[in-house]
Amino acid sequence: MNVSPPTLAVDRVTLQYRTDQNIVTAAYRISFNVLESDRFVMLGPSGCGKSTLLKAIGGFIKPSEGEIRLNGLAVKEPGPERAFVFQEFDQLLPWKTILENIVFALTNSGTLKRPEALERATHYLEKVNLSRFINAYPHTLSGGMKQRVAIARAMAMEPAVLLMDEPFAALDALTRQQMQDELLQLWEDTKFTIIFVTHSIPEAIRIGNRILLLSPHPGQVKAEINSTGNDSMDENGVKLSQRIHGTLFNKTSDTEFNHD
Amino acid sequence: MTDSLSLQSKNDRPEFFNELLEPIDEIQPASVTIWQRLYGQGVLRKFGILLILAVIWELYARSLNNPLVFPAFSDTLVALFDGFLSGELLSAGVATILLLIQGYALGLLFAAILTTLASVSKIGADLLETLTAMFNPLPSIAMLPLAMVWFGLGDGSVIFVLVHAVLWAVALNTFSGFKSVSQTLRLVGQNYGLKGPGYIFKILIPGAFASILTGMKVGWAFAWRTLIAAELVFGASSGSGGLGWYLFQKKNELLITEVFGGLLTIIVFGLIIENFVFNSIEKATVRRWGMLQ
Ligand SMILES: Nc1ncnc2c1ncn2[C@@H]1O[C@H](COP(=O)(O)OP(=O)(O)OP(=O)(O)O)[C@@H](O)[C@H]1O
Ligand SMILES: [Mg+2]
Repeated sequence: MNVSPPTLAVDRVTLQYRTDQNIVTAAYRISFNVLESDRFVMLGPSGCGKSTLLKAIGGFIKPSEGEIRLNGLAVKEPGPERAFVFQEFDQLLPWKTILENIVFALTNSGTLKRPEALERATHYLEKVNLSRFINAYPHTLSGGMKQRVAIARAMAMEPAVLLMDEPFAALDALTRQQMQDELLQLWEDTKFTIIFVTHSIPEAIRIGNRILLLSPHPGQVKAEINSTGNDSMDENGVKLSQRIHGTLFNKTSDTEFNHD
Repeated sequence: MTDSLSLQSKNDRPEFFNELLEPIDEIQPASVTIWQRLYGQGVLRKFGILLILAVIWELYARSLNNPLVFPAFSDTLVALFDGFLSGELLSAGVATILLLIQGYALGLLFAAILTTLASVSKIGADLLETLTAMFNPLPSIAMLPLAMVWFGLGDGSVIFVLVHAVLWAVALNTFSGFKSVSQTLRLVGQNYGLKGPGYIFKILIPGAFASILTGMKVGWAFAWRTLIAAELVFGASSGSGGLGWYLFQKKNELLITEVFGGLLTIIVFGLIIENFVFNSIEKATVRRWGMLQ
């Protein structure tokens, strides 16, 4: 049994949006633990509060109930030890080159001084195969390349946990698969802790070693499942994807769930 | 489901696979003639148009043959050079530019203060919105009589009017630029530890730079027109006597060729600032960053 303390603990967290007219509950009393070197996937239908939950872990939103702890300390505000990769392509600063985008993150957060930052930025750009584009501006890159830069930037922070909100969702299927492989390769090299949000079952199975299933809006924890990276059958001959599907929808029939 | 459909279609075309791809050659850009290259230069095209206009001017003035109403282009050029050589036109131009720089800089400073207030507090935002709604429609030159009462007949009142011309356009554009900086960029800034002034200078200002520049251009255009008009009204009493005053004086002495020379100077100054200064800034920043097409 692994009894190491969790890197990240989410403890009965409720998240709400207050608008002028009413209060929207996005996630309700969510609890889970993320251990060191986990590839922890949050999976659930659109609108179930995955992004909201991840933003709360990032410190951008305050829970209206419960607590989030990173290495035992309550999360109060955004911080570079929880580096974020967003779904949107516009997360790179357009006025900085690829290299400077990463250097900016490292120096502003006080992680490194400029000379060391340059070195580390170059190293991580090499890891995502973008060495040739070091001095390019973001608007000259393809969508997939931009996401790779964003991943390199977040990884260069060598954060306690890397938060990824559907980073590949806006990519075509081919590129997406390639990026999934690259991410796993990077993980193999450095064994960093990832929390990865997706609404694709195959992606969850491929990326995660542990999958959190959330109910439709407002999100509640339905299950936590282990994955070995492929869609294997259990002793009853049920595939993992079918089990996940069944759990999410309380049935095994077809629904409009994303299968790509 | 696809398996329940029979999608059989006739297909006689053989399949093929390329084992080896062609090596990639450098592709030379299509050759262009010298004329095409010259035509491609915006500056040259515009210069050509100016040349044609000058010729039309010259011909028309000569056929009219009344230099008191419409002097020829060549005479205007001569008057222009004389004006510069004698130092009269030059010192008038310098006086105008100096005043403009002071008013413009002060306007930018106040705009910065107002937008900072507006971005840190709701009441500041309301203040900015109310003030711009009130004062933006008011032509700055209309403030001149009042300014003369408050600041006397010196540079002070002209600078006051200039500040009024620059302030609202810049503040309004900057603030709306700040508001339109994408949510993702804001979160990225916070993620990497930016707060307060750092956040404003490293995320909001560059993120809103396209609209800040627009505001600065509009403010500049307002200021330039307002200044010439203000000088026309009371340049001499301000002691400096800028370009506007030069025009007024020469008209009184019925030196119409000199008036044309003064007008030409005003146009050229305006062109230089708009085409060289602002365009260069734009090219080096927002166009380079792909934030403006
Ligand atoms: N800024 C906001 N103001 C008010 N309500 C919001 C806001 N953002 C999200 N919500 C609500 O919170 C709920 C959860 O939204 P969230 O973006 O976390 O969903 P999600 O699981 O990430 O969905 P998707 O898979 O489509 O990205 C939704 O019902 C949405 O209506
Ligand atoms: Mg989302």
